[in-house]
Amino acid sequence: MSTPAIELKNVTKRFGSVIANDNVNLTLEQGEILSILGENGSGKTTLMNMLSGIYYPDEGQIFVGGREVSIQSPKDSFELGIGMIHQHFKLIDVLSAAENIILGLQGEEILKMQEVYAKINELTAKYGFDLDPKEKIYNMSVSQKQTVEIVKVLYRGADMLILDEPTAVLTPQEIQKLFTVLRNMRQAGKSIIIITHKLNEVMELSDRVAVLRKGRYIGCVETAKTSISELTEMMVGEKISLDIHRSQPQDAHKRIEMRGITVRNKEGVRMLNKASFVANSGEILGIAGVAGSGQKELLEAIAGLQETETGGEILYYAPTGETLKLTEMTAENIRNLGIHLSFVPEDRLGMGLVGSMDLTDNMMIRSYRETGHFFAHRKAPRELAEQIVEKLDVVTPGVDTPISHLSGGNVQKMLVGREIAAQPIVLMVAYPVRGLDINSSYTIYNLLNEQKEKGVAVICVGEDIDVLLALCDRIMVMSGGNITGVVDAKSTTKEEIGLMMTGATKEKADHES
Amino acid sequence: MNHNTVTNKEPLIRMVKRGHIGKKRAWTIRGIAMLISLMVCALVIVGITGQNPLQVYAGIIDGAVGSNRRIWVTIRETFALLIVAVGLVPAFQMHFWNIGAEGQILMGGVASAAMMIYLGDALPNWLLIVLILVVSSLAGLLWGLLPALFKAHMNTNETLFTLMLNYVAMQITTFAIVFWENPAGSNTVGIINSATQKGWFPRVLGSNYGLNVLLVLAITAAVSIYMKYSKQGYEIKVVGESQNTARYAAINVKWVIVRTMMISGAICGLAGAIIVSGASHTISTSTAGGRGFTAIIVAWMSKFNPIAMLAISGFLVFMQQGSIQIASQFGLNENASDIITGILLFFMIGSEFFLKYRLEFKHRKENAK
Repeated sequence: MSTPAIELKNVTKRFGSVIANDNVNLTLEQGEILSILGENGSGKTTLMNMLSGIYYPDEGQIFVGGREVSIQSPKDSFELGIGMIHQHFKLIDVLSAAENIILGLQGEEILKMQEVYAKINELTAKYGFDLDPKEKIYNMSVSQKQTVEIVKVLYRGADMLILDEPTAVLTPQEIQKLFTVLRNMRQAGKSIIIITHKLNEVMELSDRVAVLRKGRYIGCVETAKTSISELTEMMVGEKISLDIHRSQPQDAHKRIEMRGITVRNKEGVRMLNKASFVANSGEILGIAGVAGSGQKELLEAIAGLQETETGGEILYYAPTGETLKLTEMTAENIRNLGIHLSFVPEDRLGMGLVGSMDLTDNMMIRSYRETGHFFAHRKAPRELAEQIVEKLDVVTPGVDTPISHLSGGNVQKMLVGREIAAQPIVLMVAYPVRGLDINSSYTIYNLLNEQKEKGVAVICVGEDIDVLLALCDRIMVMSGGNITGVVDAKSTTKEEIGLMMTGATKEKADHES
Repeated sequence: MNHNTVTNKEPLIRMVKRGHIGKKRAWTIRGIAMLISLMVCALVIVGITGQNPLQVYAGIIDGAVGSNRRIWVTIRETFALLIVAVGLVPAFQMHFWNIGAEGQILMGGVASAAMMIYLGDALPNWLLIVLILVVSSLAGLLWGLLPALFKAHMNTNETLFTLMLNYVAMQITTFAIVFWENPAGSNTVGIINSATQKGWFPRVLGSNYGLNVLLVLAITAAVSIYMKYSKQGYEIKVVGESQNTARYAAINVKWVIVRTMMISGAICGLAGAIIVSGASHTISTSTAGGRGFTAIIVAWMSKFNPIAMLAISGFLVFMQQGSIQIASQFGLNENASDIITGILLFFMIGSEFFLKYRLEFKHRKENAK
């Protein structure tokens, strides 16, 4: 066998008392696609950041092409031929693709854009990218921006590529396109590491899979000789069932009806365009769509946190038989009706929780007004916090710990737990399992199912279509602020939803698939 | 690709984040920082004056607590600084960067001077003092309310706004001094009611400054309880940490901003009354004396802990009073005290870095190939 492209030996990295990587050994062979698989917090990104020069290992050695190296900055990493494509793109919107690609390179005195275009076109033709080098970034879709990032590192001559969760923001069709390109690059001799926690992608794309768990290297297997259940076991450390129990909706009634709601953001851009839909009691309505398609605005409009344009209305059919117009009510009154929003934003703590406060104080964010006069009462919220910690197995030193010290999954359990404890009639959750490990994810799915069986109308915005398909009764698909259709989760296909995510209506998607 | 540019060398010094640090260890680090700062001060003193630093330190101690009167002056100044820091706490907990305490103090000071001058003969003394406390608080409140209203409704930058209001307060004070000039042509107000002592704080606890101490302690305790146990204190923290969350919790963010700044401004205005009626009995543009800015350091360094605020105020005032003494004793410029305070603060704030990080030095690798 030839010398490996990259070899890590006994690499350890600590952050305070937290060991992010503990004696990790890893080998990337020349011309292979290696998946690094692990749950959130297992140390995947930290490990890759040491290769890209963002962190420096506390212990251990790194070999590139058989030579021991010391990577002290991203520049060092680049000179070794390592190119990293981060989850968050680092592009300048007002520049063109080509201008972004050559940004920061030492060129000659006179910039010859024609030569740059030619070189980019050569690269895109070679690997099968779809990219116009003159296109401005702000005109591009997320997938095109990602293409620019990949071409950028190739242009600079990288022959080892690291992609951090590259599929998180893509539709199923775009993912296929990306995989084709990656396979072409492997063909051309490039070595590729892809970080992911989606098992089916691992199986489909990679040659070998390295698994990390809680900062430790568990092992490396050949993809052809393993199975999803074996990988899950390596990832989680125990055998778990991956089936979500779905009961038939009982006694469904209309609960929420949205009619022609339009929302514009501060810049006047239409984020939600004449949206209309119905959510029923006793069912889970899933919302699928690429991030930023209007899901957040839709939920916030129902919760009364979003200004909507006149002309539309949101109706609430109370279990008592009353019909109320939510569009005319304040956020506080809507919440008192039992309509609860549990939104897990990208930064997790941005809305609904206060990071520097302890668990107890975070439990009373909504209810602190209800008791006493001048002083706040902390006994009931404290008991609630203790209950949630116990019931949902939240890992925390105690209820007096600032919630930002908890891991993402535990933070989410506290948030969802609090909303459910308030006995909602409508429960809206966005990305309820974002960043959660498999076990916690299933705890949350079960909680949602429990609510559904109690007759709660559950609306769930999700990112993993496989999960939505397994969990929801109906799935509503959004694209660019439009609702492109509502499908039955039991009879639809991933392809149909994927097409609708790109803006095709249900009829058209049916026709194409 | 030039592989030779990346050499097999470890960086010489690296910062490593610490985990939890024990209380004992933390205080040891702070103590070491304090010792180093005193040594550096000594070096500077020797370098500039050629004086024996031990003598200089003895001078500092003498200046701060060398006599009964000096002790009381140090106490008076400590509590004047403390109340301003306490006033800043609600605003800072809300992440509202109120750097306008200086102006709020001045407005409170001008208000109490006005009460003393115009109502000194009209009211019984106790009523006059109550009125002084109320009116000076209202003056400070107004100075806090202005930037808060603009912040809440138009999202203006509170840092610039409060800073500029300091200058407006300064001009108002100058104007008032022209009005109240005594004796004529001196361009100062002189000691107000020096004969009748109307509007002066009465002697309490056997000292002219006893009432100052009691008032400040009461307000410090009240603010601590307010921040820790009241619903309003809770709202302040939510708004400060995340306005999105506050909105989600149906907290009236605008009102919380306005209400909190009224409280913050009122306490700083009251500080003006304590300085004017309770200590100097005069008003000038230097009545606030930079306390509005020093208090920012006091509040942040103590992480809003009232006991720590008292300790840090006391330490800073101790050094300042001591420096005034050595300035006259050794013929140093008055700015010597600023230099010493600056050096001390540098090390005290710097030590906080070492509580969060430690440095790791290059270690030789035996098995490097």
